[in-house]
Amino acid sequence: MNRQLAQTLAATPLPAIDAMLDTRHGPILYLEDVSVSFDGFKALNHLSLYITTGELRCLIGPNGAGKTTLMDVITGKTRPDSGAVFFGQRIDLLELDEPAIAQAGICRKFQKPSVFEALTVFENLELALHTNKNPWHTLFFRLTPRQRERIDEVLITIGLRNHSQHFAGILSHGQKQWLEIGMLLMQEPKVMLVDEPIAGMTQHEIERTAELLLSLQGQHTIVVVEHDMAFIRTIADKVTVLHEGAVLTEGTMDEIHNDSRVIQVYLGAAC
Amino acid sequence: MKHLLFAHHDKFSRTIVLALAILTIGIPLLTLLTPVESVFHCSAYTLSLLGKYLTFALVGLSLDLVWGYCGILALGHGAFFALGGYVMGMYLMRQIGARGVYGNPELPDFMVFLNWQELPWYWLGVNHFGVMLLLVGLVPGLLAWVFGGLAFRSRVTGVYLSIITQALTYALLLAFFRNEMGFGGNNGLTDFKDILGFNCQSEAVRVALFFLSGLALLGSYLLCHAVVHSKLGRVVMAIRDQEARVRFLGYRVELFKLWIFVFAAILAGIAGALYVPQVGIINPSEFSPLNSLEIVIWVAIGGRGTLYGAIIGAILVNYGKTVLTGLLPEAWLYILGSLFVLVTLLLPQGLVGWLRSYTKERSA
Repeated sequence: MNRQLAQTLAATPLPAIDAMLDTRHGPILYLEDVSVSFDGFKALNHLSLYITTGELRCLIGPNGAGKTTLMDVITGKTRPDSGAVFFGQRIDLLELDEPAIAQAGICRKFQKPSVFEALTVFENLELALHTNKNPWHTLFFRLTPRQRERIDEVLITIGLRNHSQHFAGILSHGQKQWLEIGMLLMQEPKVMLVDEPIAGMTQHEIERTAELLLSLQGQHTIVVVEHDMAFIRTIADKVTVLHEGAVLTEGTMDEIHNDSRVIQVYLGAAC
Repeated sequence: MKHLLFAHHDKFSRTIVLALAILTIGIPLLTLLTPVESVFHCSAYTLSLLGKYLTFALVGLSLDLVWGYCGILALGHGAFFALGGYVMGMYLMRQIGARGVYGNPELPDFMVFLNWQELPWYWLGVNHFGVMLLLVGLVPGLLAWVFGGLAFRSRVTGVYLSIITQALTYALLLAFFRNEMGFGGNNGLTDFKDILGFNCQSEAVRVALFFLSGLALLGSYLLCHAVVHSKLGRVVMAIRDQEARVRFLGYRVELFKLWIFVFAAILAGIAGALYVPQVGIINPSEFSPLNSLEIVIWVAIGGRGTLYGAIIGAILVNYGKTVLTGLLPEAWLYILGSLFVLVTLLLPQGLVGWLRSYTKERSA
């Protein structure tokens, strides 16, 4: 791991990262020829994928297509066997570990909502807030008025303002999902990786989630993994289909919908 | 809900702070102001016994930080206590000077007995009180830093971590048993004469040591309370509940664990240093894994993750130990063991958890 770069990222404010992050050529994430195998099973098989700055990209694919592994590779949880993963032109993500990647601005919502149930909603957001995250700084940390305002803004955005002092453990499943999206926002992400955001949500909550993601589009680059096709149709401009660890095809929802290979992959086993 | 919980939290917390303050000031005052035959006058024996409980409460408190808040079940916490104790023991040995059995002004008796000609390098300097104070924190802290640094960076967690902490204290036990180590072998360090020029056995020194133990416990409690209510405390609790998730928020989990582990080790070292002059001896048995397990049991019985639970547990269990080992010496370990099992099964939140739900029911 590139320790020096990691330490710089851990302590630096956002503008410094902006200076380091070079997206002049368009893409903010470059994955080239990435392979990951677990005990001989190829979870990712020479996968190449480019995510453009500011876009909202949906990733779909049947179970085992490699969607979650792909997120694991980008966030530093899994090391690929081969290939290159770059954040902008210059930051090599394979040199960084999970905290450094998170501090650099690639933030992730997990498939299973993982909020801290012993802490309040407010404290969950405070924990996620982008700031210097070394232990001594954290020990003496006090919220500035501006940061408190930011937490209030996010509380309103995710509709949990009235729950701010409640323990996260008592929230409904849908509310936990929202809180986790709120925690992503607190991290001031450049790239948001959102794994199954609407699992366990009511129709009303699904609609509001779609609105939320659409409103964030442009300010942040968003990658959404979902199974719900109706939901994807509402939010996506571009959809990437993964199959057996590689990109099967990319395009708009209509193009994907009419692609015979996609139909085969999805329905092949069933028909 | 949080508001309610906090009110309780604070009520218990305030009670324990008040009780400790009264104890720390009251008992020394009573002893100094009342004549020897008065009921309020504590004997030197009682003072040392109570002082010993306070030092145990301090180790319990420090373990609660590691176990109750950070989720690291450390089964070797007694090692840091013993190291702090050994540093104090070395200082006290050097104070004996030429008054030892062999009358050597420089070397402690056991070194003369081993035919050593000069002090080993690590015994130099500890005869200064200030250096000793520094080392009381530094030695346990350094060990915790090296050990924790390696273990946490390699992401050793759960039962594996518990086992290697136990191995650590066992290794130290074996090492300190060896005469060549230069710490008095299995006899350890004892026959202390004076501390800062005052006789260790005198009432004034006993009172002062009791007072300092109380003060150290109270100060550490307030410090720990501040730590767990800081943002660092919340990060640590988050690590306890979902370690992997915390990394994706940008926190270096290993550094936070290390911070807590080293901080707790220093507190344990201070407790050990206060313990040794009050009991008058330190030997390798303090490194025994059993001692570390006992600390875990105090915290479990008192109620972990509350800080004051550890203090209450340590004092109650040790009081019970004093009474019962007098009455039924063979039965104590069985009683301790069954107490641990019963509390784990029936009161998973410990005594204070039970007390808390009881008072909540009553007020509801």
